[in-house]
Amino acid sequence: MIEIADVTISFGSGAHRIDAVRAVSFKVAQGEAFGLVGESGCGKSTLLRAIAGLQDTASGSIALAGQNMGAKRTRADRRLVQMVFQDPYGSLNPTHTVDRILSEPLAIQGLDNVDQRIEQALGEVGMGSQHRFRYPHQISGGQRQRIAIARALIMEPKILLLDEPTSALDLSVQAEILNLLRRVGRNRGLTMLMVSHDLPVIAHMCSRIAVMKRGEIVETLPVDRLRRGEADHPYTRELLASSLETTMAKAN
Amino acid sequence: MTETPLLQVEDLRVSYQGRVGPVPAVRGISFTLGRERLGIVGESGSGKSTIGRAILGLLPRNATVAARRLRLHDTDLLHASERALRDIRGRRISMVLQDPKFSLNPVMTVGHQIAESYRVHRRASATEARRKTLEMLEAVRIDNPERVYDLYPHEVSGGMGQRVMIAMMLIPEPELLIADEPTSALDVTVQAQLLVLINELIARRGMGLILISHNLNLVASFCDRVVVMYAGRVMETCRAAELDRAQHPYTRGLLACRPLIDRAQPELPQLARDPSWLDGPVAA
Repeated sequence: MIEIADVTISFGSGAHRIDAVRAVSFKVAQGEAFGLVGESGCGKSTLLRAIAGLQDTASGSIALAGQNMGAKRTRADRRLVQMVFQDPYGSLNPTHTVDRILSEPLAIQGLDNVDQRIEQALGEVGMGSQHRFRYPHQISGGQRQRIAIARALIMEPKILLLDEPTSALDLSVQAEILNLLRRVGRNRGLTMLMVSHDLPVIAHMCSRIAVMKRGEIVETLPVDRLRRGEADHPYTRELLASSLETTMAKAN
Repeated sequence: MTETPLLQVEDLRVSYQGRVGPVPAVRGISFTLGRERLGIVGESGSGKSTIGRAILGLLPRNATVAARRLRLHDTDLLHASERALRDIRGRRISMVLQDPKFSLNPVMTVGHQIAESYRVHRRASATEARRKTLEMLEAVRIDNPERVYDLYPHEVSGGMGQRVMIAMMLIPEPELLIADEPTSALDVTVQAQLLVLINELIARRGMGLILISHNLNLVASFCDRVVVMYAGRVMETCRAAELDRAQHPYTRGLLACRPLIDRAQPELPQLARDPSWLDGPVAA
C-alpha cells in the first residue's frame, strides 16, 4: 500500500544543504500498522509530511496504493491519504466550528450527503450532534483530537498518517484515542503509518517498527522482537534502555 | 525527612475568578516537605501547576489564595509583602518551567542571564558573577562553558537550554526547587540525563524538590513521595517506590491505562471517572 524507495529529502542548497532524510526505503502492506521512531530531528515527521504530499522530495519515489506519486498530487491522490497531527490545539482552525472543519474537505472533494457524512464521522469518533456547532475552544483536548481524526476519516482514506497523535494528551485520554484509532483502523482496514518517540505507544499500535537516526533507518523489526528486547542495532537498544525507569534505577 | 519541615502547606485553596463566578482550581491541599523529593502528579486541570505558583505567589490577579498555613521554615508565604516575596523567589525557592524556549530571555546571552540571577540575590562584582556562572555551567555539565556563556538562547538545543535554566535557578543556592514539567519538552534520552543531573545537584546541596508532572513513570522513579491529584484535591499520598501498589481507584486507573512495552494488550483499559472523587472523602 505504501512503497518508499530511496527517498531523500533536503533543505537548503549548495554548502547549506542538509539532508533531513537520506535514502530511506520501506514498504507497508495493505491493512498493516507501521511505526517510525526516533528522537527530534531524526527526520521522521519530514518523511511523513512527504508521504502526505506536504513536502517535496529531492530524489527517490513514493508509491501509494500502487500509484507513483509525482510532484503534483491530484485531488484523488489527496483523498487517498489523510493525516492526523500532534497538537489538536494547533491543527484545528480556532475560528471555524466543528461543522465547518468537517464540511470543508467535503466541499473541496465535491462530495454529496454532507449532513449525513458529518453525523456519521462524529459518531465514528464517539462524538455526537451536540458537538457539531461548537468551536475548538469549547471542547476538550481529547475531543479536539477526535475531531481531527473525524476530519481525516470523512475523506474515506485508505492510508492514515499519524504524527504523534497522543503526545499532547493526558494518559487517560491517550488510552481512549489509541483505542479509537485501533478500532477504526481495524473496521475500515486502514493502512496506518505512525510517527512517535514513545516506544510503548508505538509498540501498542504497530506490528512493525523502523528506527530512525539522523535521517536514516538504522533498523526495522517486528514489534514482538522489540517487546522481548531483541534489538540488533545499538541505537535501538539505547532507546529501549533510556526508558526512564531503568536510567533512574541506575542513578539511585 | 527532617524534624522541621522545609515547607508546610495546610488546606491550600485557590480559585480563579471566572465570568460566572469563582472557579475552584485547588480545593484544600495539605502536605509537608522536608529535604526530599516530592512528586505531584495529575492530569491537565488537576491544579498541580497552580500549587507551584501559589507557593511562589506568582498567580495572576484573578486568583484568590487561602490557606490555614503556607510556610517556608518560619516565613509565612501567604501574608508576606510583595517586597519580601521578591527576596524569597529565586533566593530561597526557585522554579524551573517546561520549555526553555519560552522561559529564557531571547535577547540576552545565557551567561549574562545566569550572572544576573546571581547578582540580584548575592552581592557580587561582575567578575565574580562571571566566575560563578562558569562554575555553574560546568556543574550542569556544559562542556565548553566559556563558549556557551556568550550564546543566545536560540543558539542552544532544548536540552542545553534546560541545563542553562537549571543553572540559573540553582546559582542563588535556594532551599527549595519547584520543577514544573521540567523535561516534557525534551527527547527521552535527554530527559533521563537531565533528571540524573537535577538529582545530583539537589542531593549535594541538601535541597528540597517539588516535581510537578503528568508522567507517572517519571515521578515514580525519581521522587521519594508522590501526591496524586484529581480535580484540585489530593487523592492519595504514597511512597514513590510503592506507587505500583497504590490503593486509590484513580491512581490505579491511571496506572492501568498506560501502554506497556513488554506485552501486547488488545485494548487499553479506559479510566472510568467516579463522581465521588470530586467531593467524597479522601483516603489518608
